Amino acid sequence: MEGSVPLAHAWVLAIVLFGLGLAGLLARRNLVFMLMSVEIMLNAAGLAFITAGARWGQADGQIMFILILTLAAAEVSVGLALILQLFYRSASVDADSARSLRD
Amino acid sequence: MAALLWIVPALPLLGFLLLFLAGGRASRLVTAIIGVGSTALAALLTLALAAWFLHAGQPIVRATLWQWIGVGGFTAPIGFELDALSLVMTLVITFVGFLIHLYSSEFMQHDDGYGRFFCYMNLFVASMLILVLADNLLLLFLGWEGVGLCSYLLIGFWYRDAANGRAARKAFIVTRVGDTAFMIGLLLLATHLGTLDIAALMERAQSAWPAGSALPTAAAALLLGGAVGKSAQLPLQTWLPDAMAGPTPVSALIHAATMVTAGVYLIARTHTLFNLAPSVQLALTLIGAATLLLAAFSALAQHDLKRILAYSTMSQIGYMFLALGVGAWTAAIFHFMTHAFFKALLFLAAGAVIMRIDDEHDIFRMGGLKRELPVAFWSFLIGAASLAALPLVTAGFYSKDMILWGAWNSGPRGPILWGAGLLGALLTPIYIFRAVFVVFFGERHTAPSGRYGARIVIPLALLSALALTAGFVDMPPALGNVTAFSRLLDPILPARQEVPTAASTEAAVMVIAALTALLGVGIAWWIYGRRAAAPARLFGTRPALALRRFWLCGWGFDWLYDCLLVRPFLWLARINRADGVDAFYGLIAAASRLFNRLLSRTESGRLRRYAGWIAAGSLAAIAIAMFA
Repeated sequence: MEGSVPLAHAWVLAIVLFGLGLAGLLARRNLVFMLMSVEIMLNAAGLAFITAGARWGQADGQIMFILILTLAAAEVSVGLALILQLFYRSASVDADSARSLRD
Repeated sequence: MAALLWIVPALPLLGFLLLFLAGGRASRLVTAIIGVGSTALAALLTLALAAWFLHAGQPIVRATLWQWIGVGGFTAPIGFELDALSLVMTLVITFVGFLIHLYSSEFMQHDDGYGRFFCYMNLFVASMLILVLADNLLLLFLGWEGVGLCSYLLIGFWYRDAANGRAARKAFIVTRVGDTAFMIGLLLLATHLGTLDIAALMERAQSAWPAGSALPTAAAALLLGGAVGKSAQLPLQTWLPDAMAGPTPVSALIHAATMVTAGVYLIARTHTLFNLAPSVQLALTLIGAATLLLAAFSALAQHDLKRILAYSTMSQIGYMFLALGVGAWTAAIFHFMTHAFFKALLFLAAGAVIMRIDDEHDIFRMGGLKRELPVAFWSFLIGAASLAALPLVTAGFYSKDMILWGAWNSGPRGPILWGAGLLGALLTPIYIFRAVFVVFFGERHTAPSGRYGARIVIPLALLSALALTAGFVDMPPALGNVTAFSRLLDPILPARQEVPTAASTEAAVMVIAALTALLGVGIAWWIYGRRAAAPARLFGTRPALALRRFWLCGWGFDWLYDCLLVRPFLWLARINRADGVDAFYGLIAAASRLFNRLLSRTESGRLRRYAGWIAAGSLAAIAIAMFA
């Protein structure tokens, strides 16, 4: 397949995206940014599925990507609703302020 | 008539239920009417049954009410059986029981627990009747435990005094030792012979087990253990003297006339089994002979009037065991009957003395009461005469003579056993007439108060009459040869294999016993009536005082058991207070608490730390999947 992107590049991109998302999730305290990091990680996983589907010529990878897309949409709506609630209650979107839930 | 049999135990049971449900709210009059009335009706019904029984030619009556237990092939009904043996027992229980109830209705008049007292007493009579009328050993055991419970409740009747509670617990625990043996015996019989129905059991034992083999020996030994506990024989005799903590009518009914003779009844009832186990029967004989002497010596040293009578009860039951052991079954039951009359009389008379002199039990603080309390004096004297077996005129003479003759005539060991019995027959008049002379003669130390009502005088008079005349139903060949009692029991209990002896020997044995009793009274009079100087000097010496202390505490059995059993047990309980077994389970609990603390520290509430842990965990899982 002349001119196409080599598989290894796509794998590396997916790994890098996933690592960036994870790093953002662990480093950020702002819940909105954390949600965005999760989105990046989900997309990295989606990319890996698409790549694998293209490699073995099967539709499963694309089906999985659509599933992940739906999942991400649902997740974002629930996550944003929770963040809004937290913001109303503690006037902050700091993840560590949610610690009060434990005590 | 047979259909009425179940009503006999049901009447006092009904009385118990009524008094129990009344819970002490009923008035004294109503309580007395229910309590005394139920036993009176039972006595009348028993009399009617007895008349019918003798008229109908002594049939064995069985009345099964319903099935109690049925598991696999094993069944135990609630069923009653009347034969000559249980008829004699029932007659004594209901009649002596009725007289003692009547006496109690006045004796306990000023007691707060009047209703409670009659409630327990009625339950006792019901249990005792179930015991003697039961047609299977399991129902018999129910009655056996019922009387044990009532004994416990009534010894500790005045529960506000801690000592009474201790005495009650002691009686309960010591008899429990015997009851455990009894229960194991029941299990052994049920597993090996497949039934507990007494008649079937005896039949199967006879056909399945050869005489002297291991199984009947074990079963008989276990039953003997139960009998020894209930009847206060060596080595489980220590509870009876302490049981005198209960009210005097209780001592008369439970600890003299009826319950303590349940062991005698049990052995007589299962005599087939004992015949199959000669070694157990020998043990029975020796236990009886040893107890009768031990208790008689102890009675010599007591100064509490009721304890004298308690040791005398042990001694007389020793005679019954001796009679059972040598195979003189009828003699044992005969002595049971006369003993029930004269010992109940002695206790009631003692109670009559004690209630008039401000609950004083020490005979040396009484004295000279003959003139003040003629009713108590004459009834106590008659009871004492019958217990001492004064010849010809008392019931005790005929029954004791029958036992002594049975002991003499029991093979090569006979003369030795007879000698033990004769020594007991010498000691009996000494200790009981010691009480008579000390309590009723000499100088007065107390001033009696109050007077007796009819409800105390009538039982004393009736029991006095019975204590004198009950022996005339069976007299030895030399004295008219009346055999009404033996003939009554002959179909039930096996006849003795009498060694043929000259009639003159039997007469000589009787004369020796009679002279021994008179000699004993003479000795008692010499020491305590005339207050001769020589014995007083002898009693003051050091060995005599030591011996007296030894006998006073009942040959030190309490001390022995205290050292051997009570103290080691308490020591074990003390060192195990922390509960060694529990420590293991405590360890498990402590470990899980530790892990709980460790794990709960990871739950910090910091979201990013959770995410980090999840990432690290996933990484680890992937690493394991890839490299391992």
